[in-house]
Amino acid sequence: MSVMTAVSGVGGRVRRGLGQPRLAVGLAITLVVVLVAVVGPWVAPYGEQTIVGRPFTHEGSWLGTDYLGEDVWSRVLHGGRSILVIALLCTLVGMVVGVLIGIIAAYVGGWLDELIMRLNDVALAFPQILLALLVLASVDEPKWWMIVAIVGISHAPRVARLARGVAIGLVGRDFVASAEALGESRTRVLLAEILPNMTAPLLAEAGLRLTYSIGMVAGIGFLGFSTNPSAADWGQMINENRLALLVQPWAVLAPVIMIGIFAIGTNLMADGISRMAATRSDS
Amino acid sequence: MTTTEPVEETTPAYGVSVEGLRVGLTARPGVDVVDDIDLLLSPGEVVGLVGESGSGKTTVGTAMLGYCRDGAIVENGKVLLGDRDILGLGTNEVRMVRGTEIAYMPQDPASALNPAIRIGRQIVELLELRGIGTAQERDERARAALVEVGLPDDDGFLRRYPHQLSGGQVQRVALAMAFLPRPNVLVLDEPTTGLDVTTQGMVLDSMNQLCRSHQVAALYVTHDLAVIANIADRVAVMYAGRIVEIGPREAIFTDPRHPYTRALLDAIPHLSQARALGGIPGNTPSPGSRPTGCRFRDRCAYAQDRCAEEPPRLIIGDAHVVRCVRAEELPPWDINVGRVPDADPERVREAVLKVDGLDVFYGRKQVVFDVGFEIARAECVALVGESGSGKTTISRCVGGLHKDWTGTIDFDGHPVGHGSRRRSAEDRKRIQYVFQNPYQSLNPRLTVEQIIRRPMELFGVAKGRAARDRVAELLDAVALRPAVARAKTHLLSGGERQRVAIARALAAEPDILVCDEITSALDVSVQGSIVALLEELRQSRGISMLFVTHNLALVRSIAARVQILNAGRIVESGLVARVLDSPQEDYTRTLLANSPRIDVVDR
Repeated sequence: MSVMTAVSGVGGRVRRGLGQPRLAVGLAITLVVVLVAVVGPWVAPYGEQTIVGRPFTHEGSWLGTDYLGEDVWSRVLHGGRSILVIALLCTLVGMVVGVLIGIIAAYVGGWLDELIMRLNDVALAFPQILLALLVLASVDEPKWWMIVAIVGISHAPRVARLARGVAIGLVGRDFVASAEALGESRTRVLLAEILPNMTAPLLAEAGLRLTYSIGMVAGIGFLGFSTNPSAADWGQMINENRLALLVQPWAVLAPVIMIGIFAIGTNLMADGISRMAATRSDS
Repeated sequence: MTTTEPVEETTPAYGVSVEGLRVGLTARPGVDVVDDIDLLLSPGEVVGLVGESGSGKTTVGTAMLGYCRDGAIVENGKVLLGDRDILGLGTNEVRMVRGTEIAYMPQDPASALNPAIRIGRQIVELLELRGIGTAQERDERARAALVEVGLPDDDGFLRRYPHQLSGGQVQRVALAMAFLPRPNVLVLDEPTTGLDVTTQGMVLDSMNQLCRSHQVAALYVTHDLAVIANIADRVAVMYAGRIVEIGPREAIFTDPRHPYTRALLDAIPHLSQARALGGIPGNTPSPGSRPTGCRFRDRCAYAQDRCAEEPPRLIIGDAHVVRCVRAEELPPWDINVGRVPDADPERVREAVLKVDGLDVFYGRKQVVFDVGFEIARAECVALVGESGSGKTTISRCVGGLHKDWTGTIDFDGHPVGHGSRRRSAEDRKRIQYVFQNPYQSLNPRLTVEQIIRRPMELFGVAKGRAARDRVAELLDAVALRPAVARAKTHLLSGGERQRVAIARALAAEPDILVCDEITSALDVSVQGSIVALLEELRQSRGISMLFVTHNLALVRSIAARVQILNAGRIVESGLVARVLDSPQEDYTRTLLANSPRIDVVDR
């Protein structure tokens, strides 16, 4: 009878997730920011690089103009798409690479695990942004995929640590031993038996990594390593306009607020997912 | 109270009585966890409270300390300690009563000790907390308490940390701590679960002695009727939140009147005879889905229409009360019903699996020494031993889960590889392993159908529609409903999960089933039904079995041959009836003597 009445499947999980206020609020905030970034370019009152008046004045739409006399509100609306897409890709790269490293280390165990994780620790010792700058500073013209690769790779050791920790608790379980005894291939044991049981902590980690990615990508833009110097980019906008912080604060604050809101949204989401996972394992 | 002579203590004058206790759920008004519980514990008396998982026995045990787990609430009733009702006391008063007047010994005492504090310190702290005695007196009492439970009392021992003690020692330290403040009442919640029989025997003896000498009223909560048969004065049997039968030990074990008590007793294997074990049909109902009237009626072989009404409490004999309307009309119970002849020793044996000169290593440490045995077609061979005897290790070598061994394991005339990856698909298919803990051996992300299908696809037994049909067939063979196929395993009970694990093993059409303590995590009635299932499979499909267990009584009912292991070596082996009836080795005799049994209650 229990089989019939219990709430299960995707529908049940979504309902349970929305019952968790953090997750619901986080998801809502994130979606709003994504919506702004996606439809922004079409609803923006002015073009991305249209000069609408003198620099750092209250001309243009409600947020005034930036250092070139472009409309700040329009640039905020234009500048979200690239940063979000790049941050998402960074997260994806970091998660895939990190999870692979982590579960392989946990699964093989022994000295190989030791070796992988010590190398991982070395990589962890470098501050993420420093690693990124090192590479970006050595090329003339950074391409978007370079940012994705370098930020993604710099996430990987952090993700790997978590993935290994979660996987270690699973590789010792009897259902893994059972698959081994049947003679399942190692790849299948990893991907079909172990990985599906890690989704909740990995989703939470992905949310957290997305938050960091936004910060990193914005930071890289702020430091001037943007792929297109004249394009609107939330990080770059902070840098361009910081001189006039006291005269025309909105040119700096608007992109800062957008980044902040998005980071809060993804972070709440990550927190909600991990709480949901915690309550589930209790019951 | 400051004397150091333990036996000269003042005698507690009163026990405890529980009257009309009802515990409900805060989230579901009207649903009870336990209901209408009346229980009287007199000083110096050990009362056994028996029930299977979900019966509410632990709820009763903790309610006696005025405690309910989160989400549960005492709705009615009293727990009278002398003339005080514990359930009516304030938080601070209850705290004073707990430990001093009512002590509790949890299921896992190891987790009740602080791992970072030396045990001497922890015992002394108990007295400090209550401001008893001077520093020197406290130290003396701590040492005396350790002596009472048969532990050393030298400084070296007092300075140890909990992790430096063995499982049995931890249990006895916990026991010493429970008795230290001289409680009137002691509630023990399965404190010996997970201990070896020898250690369990010693802990139970100390407990029994202390209760008698200090006139403590003890409630021993357990699922194990055999333990109760050895220590309790009176026995209360719980089912679905109610006490269905209560009476003196002799009455319960020789003249049980409630059909549930009888079914439980019938499900218990005996050392002295082989039995056709069976389970109780259906599952224990959870709170909220229990039937009205007699709560056992939907699973009861004797149920009638009038069982739908609230069953009366019939007083059968001296302090023997049964909550069954038919208690007086049931035919007399006989412990020998269900007895079957021991496995036939004269049968011609055709060995399928031969283990010879097996040495097993974990790293540099050797854990199994020169072990050899044979398993014949359609025969069940048992490996028996205490923890650390190497029984599971041997089974893991046979099952291909451990590779670090030397010697030979011959299967069907050819040696098998070390570890599953060095074995042919054919060997992997024909030797299947069933794990001890069904809560760990099934991937929680997969549905039952996916789990059972996988071996078929892997070994090319069946695929597509044929595979789906075979899943249905196998579910039927292990007595699960077809609807289970679509469920994930977290919705299933322990017994159901173990059936799924067995179905997965059968899906590969094996010749040998390696069963590693597969019933030890399950209730006795569920164990009975699983054993019946295995026996049926052995006979109908001619499957051979290597059955690993610590339960000698179970061996008698399931296996034809037995190997007794101690510290990695075979001590004694042979036909089950021979080994159990006339053991040749001292070790076997000790094991037999310490095994709790229900077939020796004075009758």
